[in-house]
Amino acid sequence: MNDAGTNPTVTAPANVIPMPPRTVPAASPWARQIGGVLRIELRKTFLSKRGWWIYFLALGPVFLTVIHWLFEMRRGAGHHSMGEDSVIFAGLFMFYYLRAGIFFGCMGIFSNLFRGEMLEKTLHYYFLTPMRREMLVAGKYLAGLIVAVVLFVGSAEISFFLIGKHFGAAWTDYVFHGPGMHQLGAYALVATLACIGYGSVFLMCGIFFKNPMVPAAIVWVWENLNPFLPTVLKKISVIFYLKNLCPVEVPVPPPFNVMVIEADPSPFWVAVPGLLLLSLIFLVYSGVSARNTEINYGE
Amino acid sequence: MSDTLITFSNVSRFYGEVLGINNVSLSIPPGITSLVGPNGSGKTTLMNLMTGLIRPTQGEITVLGIPPDHPERLCRLVGYCAQFDAFPKGFTGYDFVYSFLRMYGWSDVECDHRTRTSLQQVGLMDAAHRPVAAYSKGMRQRVKLAQATSHDPQIVILDEPLNGLDPLARSEAIALFSEWGKQGRHVIVSSHILHEVDRISDQVILLSHGYVVAEGQIHSVRDEVKEQPMQILVQCDRPNLLASRLFQQGHIMEAKVNPDGKGLLLRTRDADAFYLLLNRVVLEVGLEVESVSPADDDVNSVYQYLIGAEGHTV
Repeated sequence: MNDAGTNPTVTAPANVIPMPPRTVPAASPWARQIGGVLRIELRKTFLSKRGWWIYFLALGPVFLTVIHWLFEMRRGAGHHSMGEDSVIFAGLFMFYYLRAGIFFGCMGIFSNLFRGEMLEKTLHYYFLTPMRREMLVAGKYLAGLIVAVVLFVGSAEISFFLIGKHFGAAWTDYVFHGPGMHQLGAYALVATLACIGYGSVFLMCGIFFKNPMVPAAIVWVWENLNPFLPTVLKKISVIFYLKNLCPVEVPVPPPFNVMVIEADPSPFWVAVPGLLLLSLIFLVYSGVSARNTEINYGE
Repeated sequence: MSDTLITFSNVSRFYGEVLGINNVSLSIPPGITSLVGPNGSGKTTLMNLMTGLIRPTQGEITVLGIPPDHPERLCRLVGYCAQFDAFPKGFTGYDFVYSFLRMYGWSDVECDHRTRTSLQQVGLMDAAHRPVAAYSKGMRQRVKLAQATSHDPQIVILDEPLNGLDPLARSEAIALFSEWGKQGRHVIVSSHILHEVDRISDQVILLSHGYVVAEGQIHSVRDEVKEQPMQILVQCDRPNLLASRLFQQGHIMEAKVNPDGKGLLLRTRDADAFYLLLNRVVLEVGLEVESVSPADDDVNSVYQYLIGAEGHTV
C-alpha cells in the first residue's frame, strides 16, 4: 500500500499521472466543512435562473414602493400623513411579507435544499463526503437562511425607506431620530425570525416529502386561518408570535374583524426564544432524519 | 470484522417488493474486483450499499472495519464514481472537483492542489475552467472520475466507468485502475465491457437477479463450472494428427482444426487428462507445440456459462 506521503509517484505508466500524496486532514475541521457547503449552496442559490420567482417575490414590494414614491412626488405633499404610510407599510409587511413573500420564498429556497438535489440527482455528491449529515443539514440551512435574509429583510428595509421617502427631510428625521429606527429594527427582526422559522419547517418538508408543495399548502392555510382560530390553536403557529412582535398594529377591516378572536399577545421573551427553540427542534429532527436518508432518484 | 476487507454478511436489500440483492455474503480483498452481471442484477445496489448511499434491509456490511452508516469515517477512505450523469448547475470542471473537496475540511491550497492533480490525472486540465454542461459524455465521465478520486481514497468504486470513453481514454482509464490495484487499493469496477474488465481484474463477482452466482479469481471460477467443457487452444505443427489421437479419448467432446492448419480448438470434460495425453503425443510422435492456452478462461465465457446471453442464470 502506498503509505501516507511516502511514495506518491509509484511506477505509474507513462500516460498516468501519479496520485497525490496521501495526507490525513486535521481532525474535525467542521467549520471548514460548513464553509464548503456554504460555498456551494450560496453559489447555486444566489442568482440562479430557477429562483427567478423568489427574486420577484422579494422585489415586488420594492417595485411598488418605488412607484408609490414617484407617484407621491408628482402629486405633491398633503394627501396623507406619515402615520398613514407607517400603517400601510405595517399592512404590507403583515399581509404580504409574512403571509406570502417570506412564506413562499422560504418554501422555494429551503425545500429545494435537499429535494432539489434529489430532482437533479446530485445529492449523492454531498453524501459521499466525510461530513456528518447533521452538519450538512446545518450548512445547507445556513446557506438558505443567508439567501432568505438578504432577499427578504433587505427588501423589507428598502421598502420601509421608500414608502415615506416623498416626505423628504421629515421622513429622514422620523427614521433616524424618531420611532422609525425602532420600527425598522423590529421589522428586520420579525422578517429574520420568519425566515428562521419557515426555513426550518420547509427544510424538514424537503427531506420528508417528495412533493413539499402539499405540506406547504397545509401550513399556509393553517397560518392564514390563525386570526380566526380559538386561542389555544392560535398559539400553534409561527405567524402568531411574529404578529405580536410587529411594531405597528394593523386594524382588521370589516367584515373580517367580527370573526377575529383576540388572544393575549406573547411577550417578547417568550416569542423570540420560543420560535428559535421550535426551529432548532425542526432542524435537529431534520439532521437525524438526514442521517437515515437514502439516495433514491426513482430509477 | 477485517480492516483490509469489504465484507457483506447475509445482506439483502429490497426496494419495496422488488429485490435488489438477496442474502449476499462476500469478502472483497484489495486489488481489482469486477462486478459483472446483466442490468438489474444488483451491481449498483451492491455499490450503493458499500458506500452507505442505501441501507441493507437485513445483514451487515463493513468496509475496512467501518460500517457504511458512518460517512464521516467511511468517505475519507472511499471514492465512488456513481452512474448518474448529473452535476451541480453552472459549475466548471475545476469548481466541481474543488467545491466537494472543501467539504473534507482541507485548506484552500490543499484543495486546489488536489483538484489540479486529479484533473491532470484524467487529462482534463485544459478544459478545467469550462462549464461541465459543455463537456462531452466522455469528459463528464472523466471529471466524475477525478472528483471521486481527488481525495486519494483507499477504496475506489466505479460504476460503469468506461461508458462514453473513447478507446484512448478507455485505455488510459484501465491503466489507471490497474495502477491503483497494484498500489494495494481496492478497486471495484462494474462494467459490461467484459473483455476489458477481464484484462485487469484480480477477482470477479458474477451477479444475476440479485444473487451472487460466482466469486473469486476468474480461473477458479472457471474451474468450478464443471458442467461446461473446457475449451483449449493448441498451436502446433500437426493439428490433424493430434485431433485423431484425441478422438480416441472419451472426455474429448469436440476438436476443430483451424483453417490455417496450425491450431486446434478442442472441448474437453477433463482438462487434466487432456494435458497428460498431450505430453504423451509430444513424446511419441515428436509433435511441435507452440502454445497451449485455455480459450474460455475469461470473464466473458464464465458470464456466458453462468448467466447466459440473455442474463438468465444457467
